Parts: sequence; C-alpha cells; structure tokens
Amino acid sequence: MVSGSLLLSALLIYLFNLSDFAREIILIIAAVIAGVPIAIKAFQAVRMKTFSIDLLVTIAVIGAMIIGEFTEAAVVSFLFLFGDYLEGRTLQKTRASLKSLIDMAPLEAVILKNGNQVVIPVDEVKVGDHVIVRPGGRIPVDGKVISGQSSVNEAAITGESVPVNKTKGDRVFTSTVSDNGYLEIIAEKVGDDTTFSKIIELVEEAQETKAKTQKFMERFAAYYTPGILIFSVIVGLITLNAHLALTFLVIACPGALVISVPVSIVAGIGNGAKNGILIKGGDKMENLAQINTLVFDKTGTLTKGKPEVTDIKPYGISEKELLKLAAEVEVTSEHHLGKTIVQKAKENKIELEAQPSDVEIMKGHGLKALLNYSEFYIGNKSGAEKLEILIPETASSYMLQQQEKGNTAVVVVRDNQVIGIISIADQIREEAPATLNELKEAGIADLIMLTGDNEQMAQKVARQLGMDRVYSELLPEDKVHKVSELKASGRKVAMVGDGINDAPAIATADVGIAIGGTATDVTMQTADVILMSEKLDKLPYALKLAKATVRNMKQNTYLALITVALLLLGVLTDHIHLASGMLIHEISVIAVILNAVRLVRYPKLQFGFKSFKMKKSDAKVNYAPSWSSRNK
Amino acid sequence: MKTIRIQLETLTCPSCINKIESVLNKQNGVKEAKVMFNSSKVKITYDSEKITSEALAEIIEKLGYPVLS
Repeated sequence: MVSGSLLLSALLIYLFNLSDFAREIILIIAAVIAGVPIAIKAFQAVRMKTFSIDLLVTIAVIGAMIIGEFTEAAVVSFLFLFGDYLEGRTLQKTRASLKSLIDMAPLEAVILKNGNQVVIPVDEVKVGDHVIVRPGGRIPVDGKVISGQSSVNEAAITGESVPVNKTKGDRVFTSTVSDNGYLEIIAEKVGDDTTFSKIIELVEEAQETKAKTQKFMERFAAYYTPGILIFSVIVGLITLNAHLALTFLVIACPGALVISVPVSIVAGIGNGAKNGILIKGGDKMENLAQINTLVFDKTGTLTKGKPEVTDIKPYGISEKELLKLAAEVEVTSEHHLGKTIVQKAKENKIELEAQPSDVEIMKGHGLKALLNYSEFYIGNKSGAEKLEILIPETASSYMLQQQEKGNTAVVVVRDNQVIGIISIADQIREEAPATLNELKEAGIADLIMLTGDNEQMAQKVARQLGMDRVYSELLPEDKVHKVSELKASGRKVAMVGDGINDAPAIATADVGIAIGGTATDVTMQTADVILMSEKLDKLPYALKLAKATVRNMKQNTYLALITVALLLLGVLTDHIHLASGMLIHEISVIAVILNAVRLVRYPKLQFGFKSFKMKKSDAKVNYAPSWSSRNK
Repeated sequence: MKTIRIQLETLTCPSCINKIESVLNKQNGVKEAKVMFNSSKVKITYDSEKITSEALAEIIEKLGYPVLS
C-alpha cells in the first residue's frame, strides 16, 4: 500500500522529467507491487472456482502491460488498492453505531464466592451467581437486585438516558451503568441469553436482511457485470482495439451498485439501535417509511396499563381515614381494583393496622368483610343494591359523573352507610399526547385506537389524546380483523402494542411495533420494530429515521445508476480510459459510503429544508450520553 | 447439527460474501453458511460428524480472509 503510493509520487516527478526508459521501469515496478496482492486474491478465488472483481482488474492490468500501457496499468492497480483501503475505512464508519454498542459490553464481573469478592471474566459467570456492582460500574448480567440501591442508566438497552432508580426486587440488564450506588444482583441470564446479547444478535441479522431496492440493485448488477464482459469481448474482437476492451473490463465492476443500498441500511439500523429502536431489517425500514396509519392498542400502550386511584370522595369521615379503612379491607383481595386501593394507601404512607375477617367475595360486584366489628362492603353499585344498601342521591350522581369521565367508581359501605367513593382509572402515559402530536406533524394521516374496554372509557381516552378514530369493546381477534380491514382499504398500517396480548394484530399489520422490548422474547420475535424503552416517545424518531434512511437509499441508488450510465457513455464516446474509468468507479463507491455515514449522525447533517425544522425531541435524542461520549 | 459464528477481519467488498458463501455451501456437511457482511461474521450450520469447525475456518483462511475467532 505505502510502497504503491510512494512509487506513484516518484512516477509523478518522472513524468515531468527525462528518460523514457527509467520511467517505464518504475511504472512496471509500481504496477507489479500494487497488482500482485490483487492477483493473489483473484487467484484464491479462481482456485475455489468463484469469480471476483479482483479477477477483472488483474486481467485488465496484465492486458495493459502486454499492450505497453504501463502508466495505465500502474494507475489502475494503484487506484483499485487505494479505493479498497478507503472503502474499508469509511465502511467502518457506517458500522460505527453497532460497534460502539458492542463495545459497551462489560468484560469482567465481580462475584461473591465463599464470602470473598472475586473478579472473573464475564463468560464465566453462571446463573445464580451473586454479582456485585460498584458505583460507576457496568452491570455484567441480567438479574434481580437483592440488596443495595442505585440509579441506573439504561441507555445501552432502552436509549433512554434518564437514570432509573433500582432497588431490591428490581430487574437490571447487562451493559447498563450503575451511577452512584452499590448493588448486589443474582444473575438470571448470562452470556448469549441476556437482553443485550439478543439486541446485538438481532441488529446484526437485521443489517443483513435485504431491502426491496437492494434486491433490485443486485439483480441489475447480476446482469450488468457479465453483460459488459461479453460486450467487451465482442467489441475487442470486432474492433481489435484491446485498449477499449480492457476499459470495459474495469467499468464492469459492480462496486457502487451493490453497496449503495446496504450501506444506508446498516447506518440507519445502527443509528436506531443506539437510540433504543430495533428495526428488523431493510425491508421493514422501507415499510415503516411508508406508514400513513397508526393503530394503537389502548391498555398498556397509550395508557400505563396499571390502574391508579384518581379521586377519593369521603362522606362524613376524612379522606385519609376512608382510604385506610378501604385498604385494610382490600388487603386480602386479589382483584386488581382492590390492589390499586392498597397500593394507593401505601403510596400515601398509611399504616394498615386492622385485619379483616369473614371476607366474602361477591363475584362481579366486590367483597364483604368484617373489620373492627363493623360490616364492610366495597364494590360496584349493583352489588350494593343486591345487599339492599341505600345509596344517597348525592353519592349516586357523583358515581355517574365519575363513570362518564371514564373512571371506575367503587363505593365503600360501613354498616349499611356509604362512607365514600373511590374512583380508579388507567392513566394515560405522560408522554402520549405530545408524542401523538408529533406523529401527526411527521405526516401520519390517521391515528386509530383499538380497545377491549367499554365505549365510555375508550371515548374518554380518545378525546384526551385527539385520536382520529376509536373502536371499542373488541376481542383480540376483532383487533386483527380491524387491522386487516384497514390494510384492505389501501392504507399502510402500523400496529403499536405492548407485544404480548397484541401479538396477533402486530403480526398482521404492515409494520408491527412493540413497545417495552425488555419484557419478553415474544415481543422481540413478533414485532418488526421494537422500542426498547417502556415509553412511546421514540416513535416519531423511529418514523423519521426510517424516512431519512429510505431517502438516503434512494440518493445512493441514483448515484450508482448515474455513474454506470456516465461510465458507459464515456467509454463509448472515447472520453474515458482505463485509469479514469477506475477513478470514477472508486469515487462513486466512496461517495455512496460517505452519504450513508451521514445517517449514522442523524438527525445532524441532513440535507434539504426539513433538517432546519429540527425539534427539541430530536435534539434530546442526539445529546444522549451514549452519543456524545462515543463520537469524540 | 451445530451452529458456529466465526469472526473475520473486517470485510470490505460485498463480492466476498458470495465467494465465501458459495464455497462453504459446497462443502460436505455444511447445511447453511451465511456471511454477515456488516458484522464481518460467518454463521455456519453444519454436521459436526462430517466436518470440523477448524476445517471450516481453514477453508475461509484459504480464500484469503483471516479468521479472528
């Protein structure tokens, strides 16, 4: 490599000086030094009975030497090697995002063995090992915290740089960073089974799946290369112009044609992975860029999926007292509404003292129990009526009012007296309204919500979020039908769900998007796009990234095709010769790769007026620590 | 049937993919060979009774691609 370039510079000096003979010698040496490695590769391929670009170039170089075109031979072989080197360097940049992710994987772990702390390689940690993570350390396994507390930066998994507080009983993931506290973890998944390893594997495979555009380009190259070869032989035989025939050989290299689309995809998928968005392949990327209808599952996607107490209305006692009594009764309950009440009491730091007795579950209504020698009923209105409890007019109209708002109203009765009403609802995710707005601005025509919940509840959520349409009271199979219907009406539909109970609908949609990828393997398998964090706010970024990637792919496709056209035209009109043909060929390859590198840095470095409209949310993504620290 | 992943030195030319894949796929005992160009890895599913992983690595080396692990 170095010798080649030295010779070339020496050659430049000689070009302007004397002695023809000396010049030719130097040129031959240059051609041989640069040509031999190419010839070796070509030979290796031939020995294995495969055909390669190296072979084309070798023939061209040898041919040029035979007809006495030493300058051309030297320049072509040099350019080819130099181009190869540059390609390698720049290609690495398009792969940079994934590489930097892989580099995050910790290599060593500290485990507790017989009371001693031992440092061992990460591969040797076994399930059940007691792992210690010091402040600032990277967590080496997936596991459960058994003691200690720390805020953990999960950017490596979720792309979310805001630290999450982890304490006893919480799950932690490989490659996340413990910021400030000491943690003791029991290893649950190690090695290739960890979420982190799965992400890497998935991204690696995703980068290989071919986009439609890519398939087109490969088919084109498959005809182009041999076509030009045959053409060159025919031209050579007819015109007996060896020079022209050799030029054809050089421009027959498919270079930019084959590489143009994959480099964009690799860069785009890599960028996504770094931001907590897994896109499972080039074809998925293309589909995602075309989406105009987004279908959301309500529970667990637009809402938190965990009901919360929204209102407490006491009658004749204090709010705190009401909550305390209700929680004491419900403490034994397995029902999710009961659990929600107990949870609320705990949040408010209310000490539960009394134990209920004679608990009787009234299925579909609520429960009855004895507490402090008083008879309690907690449940819905129909249950109260069944027990012939009189609900006062004020309480009754209040309950109705709550229901209209989409809440579930639970009545608390002590000794046949209504002492209060507790309203419970599944809260909308905080980031949902802003995210949906952004999606509309990003060009999504229709936002549609599907839910198994009743009409009232569904309408309430839909109104708050500004959904375009709502379909309520659906069974899982109805959701699948709805998605198919939307597809049949000619829309490009993406279904967004939490990946578990929505799996069939996610699989049916043009693009299935799952949120919260850390949860299950099922999620990772069914969805086309996975947002690793438990939040919606990466959705607009995912869409924009897909569009930017497809745009980049198109630019590269055009660039490659135009280059081919120009080369052909140039050769036929006798404007391009061996060396200049090789030069243009290499320039086009590098240009295509450099264009893709811009995607690695997305949303920076984008062309066109759109880039100036960069929103705050984009900027936020951009300045996540994983970005800035890696790009320095 | 066994599956291994062999890490190569960074691959640069897409034509290497065809070269490596077609040669490996011709080997007796290899069920499927797939080159992951972007991560420079080769994923091979093979019958360990008919061919060893060392032999597979050697074939790749012979083609001119240094095997890292």
